[in-house]
Amino acid sequence: MITKRIIPCLDVRNGRVVKGVNFEGLADVSSPVELASYYSKNGADELVFYDITASAEGRKLFSDILTETAGKVFIPLTVGGGINTLSDFDRVLKCGADKVSVNSGAIRNPNLIDEAAKLYGSQCVVLSADVKRVDGVFRVFAKGGRENTGMEAIEWIRSGVERGAGEIVLNSIDTDGVKGGFDLEMLQKVCDVVSVPVIASGGAGKIEDFITLFQTLPKVDAGLAASIFHFGEVSISELKRAMQAHGIPARI
Amino acid sequence: MVAIVDYGVGNLFSLRCSLNAIGADVVVTGDADVIRSADRVILPGVGAFRDAAQKLRDSRLDTVLKDVAKNGKPLLGICLGMQMLFEKSYEFGEYEGLGLIQGSVRPIADVIPKSLKIPQIGWNALDFKRESDLFRNIKNGDYVYFVHSYYAADCFDAVIATCDYGAPLTAAVQKGNVYGCQFHPEKSGEVGLAILRAFCQEVGA
Repeated sequence: MITKRIIPCLDVRNGRVVKGVNFEGLADVSSPVELASYYSKNGADELVFYDITASAEGRKLFSDILTETAGKVFIPLTVGGGINTLSDFDRVLKCGADKVSVNSGAIRNPNLIDEAAKLYGSQCVVLSADVKRVDGVFRVFAKGGRENTGMEAIEWIRSGVERGAGEIVLNSIDTDGVKGGFDLEMLQKVCDVVSVPVIASGGAGKIEDFITLFQTLPKVDAGLAASIFHFGEVSISELKRAMQAHGIPARI
Repeated sequence: MVAIVDYGVGNLFSLRCSLNAIGADVVVTGDADVIRSADRVILPGVGAFRDAAQKLRDSRLDTVLKDVAKNGKPLLGICLGMQMLFEKSYEFGEYEGLGLIQGSVRPIADVIPKSLKIPQIGWNALDFKRESDLFRNIKNGDYVYFVHSYYAADCFDAVIATCDYGAPLTAAVQKGNVYGCQFHPEKSGEVGLAILRAFCQEVGA
C-alpha cells in the first residue's frame, strides 16, 4: 500500500539552513547537505529545499548546495523559492531537483504552470499556496505570506491543477507557527476539488497532529513541517512508528 | 562500464549521481558505439511514451538496444524506460515499443479503484513474485519510490515484483538479461542503491 509521506522543509539562505537546528551528532547543524543526509537516513520520505536568498550570489550558492545534496541524498527532492520562469525550472532541475514548487511566480504569471507542465511533465510541477482566512474567505497570499492577492484560494488551487500542477502544498497562514495542529477545514476544502496529491503544511506541533491529519482526511497524502523536525520536537522515526501503530501506512 | 542511454528524455543527473555513489564506472551517452561497448546498459525515461519511442527510433538507438539485449548484456529500463521494453503502449493511442518483453503498457485507471489518485506518487512496498538476482540485496516488503500513471500489463512470468495500489501493479520485470523497474531506484534511498548495485556489479557476472 502507498504510504503517507513525511517531508521536512529546509529554508536555505546564502547556502545555510536558517533558524538553526538542534541535533546531536551533526558536525555542522546549518549545513543543508548534512541535514538532508541526516533526514534521509532517519526516515524522511522526501525533502523540500526552500531558497530564501535574495542575491544572485546566494542563488549560485544554493545551486551548488543542491548539486552536492543530490549527489549524496537519494530520495525525492523538491525545490522552491524564487521560481519565476522556465529558466528557473531548468536551473534547479539540472542541479538535481526532482520537483519544482511555484508560488508567487505562478501568481504573477499563471501560464508558468502550463508551460512547465508541458515541458517537464505535471509530476515535476508543485503548486504551493499560502492561504489565510480574510473575512471568512480563503485568500491566496503572495511574497511569503505578506501580500493579500485578493484571489479566492480554493478556486486558484483548482485552476492550478487544471493548468497542470501535479501536486499541491497547502500552507495555512492561520495555523502556521501556532503548533496547534494542521488546518483541517482548509485542507478538506482543497481535497474536495483536486485529484492530485495534497501536502499539508502549517500547524504541526506534535506527533498527534499528524495522526489526526491522516485519520481525519484520508485524501491528504503527506505532511510537511520544518522547525519541529529541526529542533527535535518531533522525531521522524518516532512519528512513523506512531503512524503505523494507528494503522496509517508509513515507510519504516 | 555502465552506459546510461541519453536520448533526450528526462533528467539524468540523479541517476548518474546514484551510480557514482555505488562506485560504478558510468557514462551518460547517446553514442551507439559507446552503448555497444558498455558492459551494462540503463535505459531511463520520463514523459510520454510516444515521444520517447520516437526519439529512440530517430536516433536509431532502438536497434542498438535490441542488439544489446540479444547479445546477453544486462539491460535495465527505469520508469518509462521499463515501459519501452514491452511490445506496445496504449498511452494516448497505440504505439510500438522495443518488444523485448511480452506485454503492453496500459493506464492504471483501468484496474485501480476510482478513489485512488493518478499518478501513483510515493513510496510503496515491493511484493516479490519470483526470485531475481536484481533483488539479491533487498527484502520482500522493502519500499521504493513510484511516479506513474501507466503500468505493464499481460507480462505474465516476466513479473518479478508488484506493488499494491488498490490492485497489484507491475513493479519490476525480468526476462533473461533484460530487467525493468517501474519505480525509481535512484530515488528510493538505500533500497534503491542496493538494487542498482546488484544490477551494476552482480547480475550476469
